[in-house]
Amino acid sequence: MSDLLAGATTFLSQQDTEPLIRWIWISDHVDEIVSRGLQHVYLTIVTVVIGFLIAFPAAVYASRHRWAVSPITSISGVLYTIPAFAFIFLLLPITGLSLTTVVVPLIAYSLLILFRNTLAGLDSVEPEVKEAAIGMGLSRRQLLWRVEVPLAMPVIIAGLRIATVSSIGLITIAALIGRGGFGQFILDGLNTFFWTPLLVGVVLSVALAFAADLLLLGLQRLVTPWARASGVRAVAT
Amino acid sequence: MISLEHVEKRYPGTASAAVGDLTLEIDEGETVALVGPSGCGKTTTLKMINRLIEPTGGRIVLDGTNVLEQDPVQLRRGIGYVIQHTGLLPHRTIRQNIATVPHLVGWDDERVDARVDELLEIFDLDRELPDRYPAELSGGQRQRVGVARALAADPPVMLMDEPFAAVDPIVRGRLQDQFLEIQDRLRKTIVFVTHDVDEAIKLSDRMAILNVGGVLEQFAPPETVLREPANDFVREFVGAERGLKRLALIKVDDIQVDPGPVVAPGAGADEARRAIDAAGFGWVSVVDEGELLGWVDHQALQGCVMAGEATPRRFSAYVTGRDSLRQALDSIVTSRTAVAVVVTEGQHYRGVLTLERISQEILA
Repeated sequence: MSDLLAGATTFLSQQDTEPLIRWIWISDHVDEIVSRGLQHVYLTIVTVVIGFLIAFPAAVYASRHRWAVSPITSISGVLYTIPAFAFIFLLLPITGLSLTTVVVPLIAYSLLILFRNTLAGLDSVEPEVKEAAIGMGLSRRQLLWRVEVPLAMPVIIAGLRIATVSSIGLITIAALIGRGGFGQFILDGLNTFFWTPLLVGVVLSVALAFAADLLLLGLQRLVTPWARASGVRAVAT
Repeated sequence: MISLEHVEKRYPGTASAAVGDLTLEIDEGETVALVGPSGCGKTTTLKMINRLIEPTGGRIVLDGTNVLEQDPVQLRRGIGYVIQHTGLLPHRTIRQNIATVPHLVGWDDERVDARVDELLEIFDLDRELPDRYPAELSGGQRQRVGVARALAADPPVMLMDEPFAAVDPIVRGRLQDQFLEIQDRLRKTIVFVTHDVDEAIKLSDRMAILNVGGVLEQFAPPETVLREPANDFVREFVGAERGLKRLALIKVDDIQVDPGPVVAPGAGADEARRAIDAAGFGWVSVVDEGELLGWVDHQALQGCVMAGEATPRRFSAYVTGRDSLRQALDSIVTSRTAVAVVVTEGQHYRGVLTLERISQEILA
């Protein structure tokens, strides 16, 4: 770690001699940029999907059994407070330099957000809507999939957006064990006192976060056409 | 059709039962109102019928079978359910909302579409509405969609929990009228909860007045409840103006109308004067072969030989057989002639109603 800081200091002192961007480096490394990008996207998807697959059933369970809310929140809260470096190093002896070592902490961090948002989304469904649905003869399962989940979608997707964006940022740290997607460029740049890969790494991971956020926002609009209607109210009776 | 036999609902940890021991027999095709002060268990009782609340004792027999022995999900699909805030699904269009139960019970799309169109027609809902979302509708429209949705799969039984409470009084009145009109045609067995005595009087065939703990104080047609309240609780609950409320329930058609003073235009003026004096109203109706022309008094008849020579003045207000005695009373107290003139549609004279005649009816 102190090596890294020393490197960074040396690096900063050299900045006048080195141009910000060497375009030739970029054109020489297109293949690597693409493969790191794919790794970044892959890690993000794996993280968010697995995180959601854990958080969603937990939230559904907690919405039905309120006693479970507090312990689940506490556990995911504790996981959230473990520093990323520490988490990765703790896992190294067990899972080695594998993707698992990267993905497990990322999933752990996503749980709190995904659980809380999914639960808040399910809770936001108005009681009379649920009562009417049950009164019409929807089963528990139909109530969940046809009423609660669709209506919770805006809040659930809001959680997915936060989890996705923060995962994209956090994945760069995994470069420490060689699995960091665009983070690898950032680390390379710091180690070799070279601006170009550092900037490429930073810009592309930020761009990826933006793109993912927009994509999810678009998805939300697509699955909740009714949400736009709620702003408008007819006057006539 | 629906019979509640010694139904009881007791919540754990509470000393007194929400509903103690309620027995109620509801006939097919009748509209029953459950009314009472808060805490009387009216909503609890309603929700026990479709098992949104599980009774802790007794039996509820619907169409010959004990609902407590049926699968609650299947049971509910066969019972229309309307709640105060409609509970429309905000993420489904009006068409999809109405189609909910038909889809659940497996109707094909064509049949569902036809049924939705039919209901939109019956409920006088705009042709543009079906593809909108509930949030785009007014309160009155949403309430009508709520009722239409409950009727979609044509259930024989409807349960309504304060169905018109969430809208303003003008819209409520209109919805109630529409409800009566539709119920007149469909003859569903309807149980509804209301805290509004007037609504119960207006809409129900029989009203069940419940006291705290689900104690049934009286179960009778509104007319009977108003005329002979079973006890002080009921008397106090239905409140003041019992007489006026009863008048609202009786139609002019239901009672004998006095012929009133009548003269033909061809009759002599003297005959008209005699008729005026005999009736003591100070005027006589001029009726030409059934058609009411108006009224004349001594002043108008001055110098006339025939009654028809005087210019008859029009009555300021009429009532028809379909109006209530309350409306007739209003017509009496606001008219200069001090009677309500009863005509058929198309101005055919039927007679008059006086204050005495109406108070006789109340005292009867």
